[in-house]
Amino acid sequence: MAERPIAPHLFDGPRLHWRWGPHMFVSILHRVTGDGMALVGLGVLLWWLGSLAGGEESYRSFRDAMASPLGLIVLVGLSWAFFSHMSSGIRHFVLDLGAGYELATNKIFSVVAPVAGILLTIAFWAIVLTK
Amino acid sequence: MGNGTELGRVRGLGSAHHGAHHWLLQRFTAVGNLVLVLFLVVSLALLPGYDFVSVRGWAQGALVATALALLIVSTFWHARLGLQVMVEDYVHTPGNRFAMILLLNLAAVGGAIFGLVSVARIAFSGAA
Repeated sequence: MAERPIAPHLFDGPRLHWRWGPHMFVSILHRVTGDGMALVGLGVLLWWLGSLAGGEESYRSFRDAMASPLGLIVLVGLSWAFFSHMSSGIRHFVLDLGAGYELATNKIFSVVAPVAGILLTIAFWAIVLTK
Repeated sequence: MGNGTELGRVRGLGSAHHGAHHWLLQRFTAVGNLVLVLFLVVSLALLPGYDFVSVRGWAQGALVATALALLIVSTFWHARLGLQVMVEDYVHTPGNRFAMILLLNLAAVGGAIFGLVSVARIAFSGAA
């Protein structure tokens, strides 16, 4: 059978067929943060609610786990995933309306979304940790 | 396949043969998540402390418990739809794909019910 290009046609020999752009990055980021929250975040959510329902002792074990270095990395990662996914999700709402497809506008939105995600994460933890 | 009404023309189309249904529900639950998870995140940021009494006292309120129950339904539904797309994109063997979608449905429904039961246990456990 003839060697036909398959979609997505990424490579031309060893070379990429395309140049990286921020819109590609934000698209992949949206999927990674979404699937990451689905697989990890919902588990932590259930652990949190289950431990709250279980009483003081079970809640303390959840709190201790989340206050550990690994727990904090998970929580910071999840909060970043949420704020990033929210920002790039709002970008999707705008695109769904049929707006924001002009090259320059699209590029600006694609850069603003992940930056907003990081800034909101910093703001959230600044409020939580300065209490 | 219908060629009369707009609905008849799109129903059953698309790579997953679900037409616009999946796409629309992903957006409906996305709006739900935007409101409900923001409510959770802002509430957590504004809580006076993260000890058992503070957190459970907050979660016991009727409106908060309602919001948490809605949040579970919306996030688990949205996650189920999103993970389905991941499976459809990356799992190509029909049998494996069927098994993954089956497990995904069981896990999503099971996780959501556990979350709802937990919210109910917190809400009905009486004043702390």
